[in-house]
Amino acid sequence: MKFRFIVRRLIVTVPMVLIVITLTWGLIRLAPGNFYSTEKKLPPAIEKNIRAKYGLDKPWYVQYGRMMWNIVRLDFGNSLKYENETVNDILWRTLPVSATIGLLAYLLALVVGVLTGTLAALKPNSKLDYVSMALAMLGISLPNFVLGPILVLVFSLSLYWLPPARWNGFPSWNLVLPVLTLSAIYMAYIARLTRAGMLEVLRSDYIRTARAKGLSERQVVVRHALRGGLLPVVSFTGPALAILISGTVVVERIFAMPGLGNYFINANLNRDEPLIIGIVAFVSIAVLVFNLLVDIAYAFIDPRIRY
Amino acid sequence: MMSGDNGNLLSVRDLRTYFETEDGTVKAVDGISFDLKRGETLGIVGESGSGKSVTNLSVIRLIPSPPGRIVSGEVLFHGQDILSLPAEEVRRIRGKRISMIFQDPMTSLNPFMRISRQLMEITQLHLGHTREQAYEHAVRMLETVGIPEARARVDSYPHEFSGGMRQRVMIAMALSCEPELLIADEPTTALDVTIQAQILELIRKLKEETGTSVILITHDLGVVAGMTDDIIVMYAGKIFEQAPTRELFAAPGNPYTKALLKSVPDPVHEEGTDLYQIPGLPPDVAHLPPGCPFAPRCYHAEEVCRREFPPFVQLNAEHFSLCHFAGEVYAESRAERDARGGATPSGANVEPSENLGAVDPSENPTQGGAGR
Ligand SMILES: Nc1ncnc2c1ncn2[C@@H]1O[C@H](COP(=O)(O)OP(=O)(O)O)[C@@H](O)[C@H]1O
Ligand SMILES: [Mg+2]
Repeated sequence: MKFRFIVRRLIVTVPMVLIVITLTWGLIRLAPGNFYSTEKKLPPAIEKNIRAKYGLDKPWYVQYGRMMWNIVRLDFGNSLKYENETVNDILWRTLPVSATIGLLAYLLALVVGVLTGTLAALKPNSKLDYVSMALAMLGISLPNFVLGPILVLVFSLSLYWLPPARWNGFPSWNLVLPVLTLSAIYMAYIARLTRAGMLEVLRSDYIRTARAKGLSERQVVVRHALRGGLLPVVSFTGPALAILISGTVVVERIFAMPGLGNYFINANLNRDEPLIIGIVAFVSIAVLVFNLLVDIAYAFIDPRIRY
Repeated sequence: MMSGDNGNLLSVRDLRTYFETEDGTVKAVDGISFDLKRGETLGIVGESGSGKSVTNLSVIRLIPSPPGRIVSGEVLFHGQDILSLPAEEVRRIRGKRISMIFQDPMTSLNPFMRISRQLMEITQLHLGHTREQAYEHAVRMLETVGIPEARARVDSYPHEFSGGMRQRVMIAMALSCEPELLIADEPTTALDVTIQAQILELIRKLKEETGTSVILITHDLGVVAGMTDDIIVMYAGKIFEQAPTRELFAAPGNPYTKALLKSVPDPVHEEGTDLYQIPGLPPDVAHLPPGCPFAPRCYHAEEVCRREFPPFVQLNAEHFSLCHFAGEVYAESRAERDARGGATPSGANVEPSENLGAVDPSENPTQGGAGR
């Protein structure tokens, strides 16, 4: 039953990835300029050679077909800018950087967010509730291009506690500030989602039943309430993790991390079509796969779900 | 403290439970007192919002706080005041010595947990069962409440059961530890009519087998008729009438009770004729007028009813009514009864079933120790 559901989801998923890639490809074409253009106009003969070399002289459907064929084989070709590297090389080099920062940030957000959200829900309108929800509000409204520099200013440039930037492998102190910066907003979201979900569940009849059984408050929360109360967090986790792992443009820029996000900006500035397509394909596949994982997780958490 | 135990299992004294809301203080329960003897069944009747659930949730201290607060009163269980016990001791009473069945079986079971686990955790907690013992006990309890193929179905999830079956599971859960008191809060309201009768019959049968005392809450006097020894009629957080069941049906001493009796659906009710409905709506218990809360809806109301709060009048040894005209209404009911040949009072479509005679309080042996 579940297997059939997964197959069905995959059948829907694949065309969606192809549509996203097609749109990206179209947008690159529509934008003026191209990867070889500089301030100085190239002599027509040279331009013609370049276009022939990269197949740009062929009709659009041939180019599109070739691109799609590459994607189906999961071979995105060579980068136009980093000429001695294939797109796949770049993906494999940058992905671990982005994934490390993203996973750590999400784990931190999950632990802190679920804990504070649950505690806030257990004592609504208490001091703890107000303080944590005010912090969450701040976390959501403070953009990370503001938070990042503030953290650097305080912890690196004033206190000299932590390095301000650069990738130094895992584990390293260099990770602390980017992970914190990236984590803040997710922490805040998860805390609010958890609080809302738990408040709703704690009001429900089956929690009253659990209390009427004589269970302790801890048993009521851990055994009976968390599961239902965290469902919103589970749905949030799919897209959030996909986006975090595939690199976050702003944070990687601020902290000079050689991750996917950073390369994505460069690829766009350079009009590096294969690299753009490669990264877009990777990210959209990641989003869809993670959403699928969430749906599967749901099926295990909630026995009422039938496919 | 122990002097409160006059053969009473439960003795509620002047219980007041209020909710602080934006609209003001909701006096959901405002000065309720009653006794329940071992092995007896008490019915609590009243329209929706009259404070029945809050009364019983207060008994096991399950009032959500905030906004709720038990302002005053005593709940003597075996003479010991539950309201002044430490939380941990109250938890040892809940589910073990006093257990509760709720109105909506569709939402009262945890949808994420197998029935077996939900049943097992209660005996593991209170009876110290091992997993195996608890599992066997769960199967036995499901058999007891009449679930077919209990062993095959014990590992189901709640959504795989129908409403009636889920209420049976709730009953199995509530009776797992052989409690001394079972509180059933509108156990059949959410079920359809044929299932209602089955569930009531099951509760009655299990009560007889185990000797558990029962508080049966309902908004439908028809439900309690054949089930209870005594009845309390509640309205706006107060007790409006209190009497042995047979007496209450035969000669109600309160206009509100008479109206409730009149609105009970008749088994031989003629198609097309409208069922009697009490005019108006229950009052907002956050803003009660000074007089009798029922006055605006009462056929008997006079000037004094709107001005002064009514007295709690004793009509005979065990019959009380909160009404300025309790005596008159009582006499009226008795006259109506006599005119009908002593069977049914005017307006009442329900007759207490015949086996009630056996539990008439004056003949009840458990009555012996009372009033020592
Ligand atoms: N959690 C709550 N917050 C505010 N008011 C409540 C709450 N629970 C019950 N009440 C109020 O208490 C009164 C009695 O409710 P209840 O005991 O549930 O009535 P019923 O007789 O239908 O069981 C109602 O007016 C209801 O609005
Ligand atoms: Mg109720």
